[in-house]
Amino acid sequence: MADTPKPEKTARINHIPPLMKGWMDTPVEIKPGIYCYGAKPKNTKAVGMPYPKEWNPTDDDWQLPENWKDIIDEGLRDRRDKYRSMKLFMDICVRCGACADKCHFFIGSGDPKNMPVLRAELFRSVYRKKFTLGGKIFGKFAGARDLDEDVLKEWWYYLYQCTECRRCSIFCPYGIDTAEVTILGRELTNLVGLNIDWIAGPVANCNRTGNHLGIQPHAYIDMLDFFVDEIEDITGLRMEPDINRKGAEILFVTPSGDVFADPGTFTAMGYLMLFHYLKSLGLDITWSTYASEGGNFGFFTSHEMAKRLNAKMYSEAERLGVKWILGGECGHMWRVINQYMDTFNGPPDFMEEPVSPITGTKFKNANATKLVHIVEFTADLMKHNKLKLDKSRNDHLKVTFHDSCNTARAMGFLEEPRYVLNNVCNNFYEMPPNTIREQTFCCGSGSGLNAGENMEVRMRGGLPRANAVKYVHEKFGVNMLSCICAIDRAVLPNSMDYWVPGVDVCGLHELVANALVFEGEKKRTLDLRAEYLPGMEDEEDV
Amino acid sequence: MPIVDFKGKNYAVDEDGFIDDFANWDEDWMIHVKAEEGIEELTDEHKKVVKILQDYYTKNGIAPMVRILSKITGYKLKYIYELFPSGPGKGACKMAGLPKPTGCV
Repeated sequence: MADTPKPEKTARINHIPPLMKGWMDTPVEIKPGIYCYGAKPKNTKAVGMPYPKEWNPTDDDWQLPENWKDIIDEGLRDRRDKYRSMKLFMDICVRCGACADKCHFFIGSGDPKNMPVLRAELFRSVYRKKFTLGGKIFGKFAGARDLDEDVLKEWWYYLYQCTECRRCSIFCPYGIDTAEVTILGRELTNLVGLNIDWIAGPVANCNRTGNHLGIQPHAYIDMLDFFVDEIEDITGLRMEPDINRKGAEILFVTPSGDVFADPGTFTAMGYLMLFHYLKSLGLDITWSTYASEGGNFGFFTSHEMAKRLNAKMYSEAERLGVKWILGGECGHMWRVINQYMDTFNGPPDFMEEPVSPITGTKFKNANATKLVHIVEFTADLMKHNKLKLDKSRNDHLKVTFHDSCNTARAMGFLEEPRYVLNNVCNNFYEMPPNTIREQTFCCGSGSGLNAGENMEVRMRGGLPRANAVKYVHEKFGVNMLSCICAIDRAVLPNSMDYWVPGVDVCGLHELVANALVFEGEKKRTLDLRAEYLPGMEDEEDV
Repeated sequence: MPIVDFKGKNYAVDEDGFIDDFANWDEDWMIHVKAEEGIEELTDEHKKVVKILQDYYTKNGIAPMVRILSKITGYKLKYIYELFPSGPGKGACKMAGLPKPTGCV
């Protein structure tokens, strides 16, 4: 694994573009710390991805199938005919450059091919040569070029340096969704067997066990049991979660990272506590060991794989006979749900319009998919005063909020998390306006790029977000970065340790559960992390 | 796939030096990882962590979450880092012959 340079070195970034030698004549150099390992054949075979093989991106020979050019050619043609968006995004860009400095990878690396316009141009140049008259006649002068092995390698290297966060798209005067260019480009690399293992591994696991981590049903239950014990230590109360229960009104689906990886595990404890609290108020909800993944790494490979892995949510909802689905704190899960799910695997006619059993609120916005976001659900509970909350239990925290790219930009989910935060903590500080809400900066490791071997590029991509956190850390003493995405919770601790030591990361429902006052609980001296609550340090009763 | 040749035995490993299949693990592998991880002496505490990881993996097909490992061993996370400088995932799991966890982790 490549050594990650020290922050001082990484922070020396040169944004001056090289003298115009011509980007087309500058072949790609695959650098350690930037690229992810090639997919292992055991993973690609497991789900029937094309051309499984043992390969290393730093080898000269990428063991491409003999007819790889025909495969890409056909794949490109096929997608151009299928997706009008692709044709539009290929044809319409005027290369104005409004997107150029909006990408966290360009800001953090200075690599000109990480400017969204140029990253897309790597792809667009080939499209132009194949499909436009100008490109066919004038070639390079019209920004068109042929596809050869070097070009394919360049595609691969930069397609897997884009997190599909879509920050660039909101600045594009034409509304070009560069993430979609990346998505289609990655589909083409997938067709010739060029996947990365950090995506292929979770995809194979998810296909086999229902979740990215490969957690089998008995292990999933074992993990929830562990949380139940931990919660009992803190509150004196025993949660009784329902699992795989037929006839429940609501199915709960959350990313598997929440039940396995810190600090997501504290968020999972938060869900358990909230559900237990609401039981006596009429909540009838079940977890599932089959629909045990909210996320969808298939989405980072191809639309077909995304559809395949997404299918279990409705399938499990139908098997259990629930009325609607409550979804956990996840990022790309919600892009797949909002943008694709009802046409992928719906319409889910067997379910009903989601209605909160506690407040009676109808979630009309979720009518097409029958999936409600848990933060929206909780915000509604707070709006109706259904939760007894003691904000002071979060007084040891000075909190800021990182909008996850997909919830912010793919579902316009901006107010609800803030409403929840303001109800559960006294110290909430916003980062600068051009780094939050729809302009939020990516964590730097989304879309399946949260591997270990590409840590340098992750830290580079994480710099703009970290820089904004640093600002509130220095100005207000912020020590907790809250978020509503499992990838965020997995990767932001790395980027905070690297760029802003002293700032921790949490999910919203961890803070909710800290503040939640239960009937009959023992005096709370500890927060969910088993650390002393403010003013309780001298308590011996622990 | 790279091959590690240690004490006359061949172990197929991935790019980060994790053994390719838990079935190929043996005691010598621990000694190889000890040197690779810069661990001075292989103590009973190292062996206890390895044993617990392997038992959990055999039962569940996955490494335990760090908090469970910490609870069963009775070692705080900080102490596990003292035993295995690259941490429970990269160091201890590697020594125990377990695969790397993937996904949102």
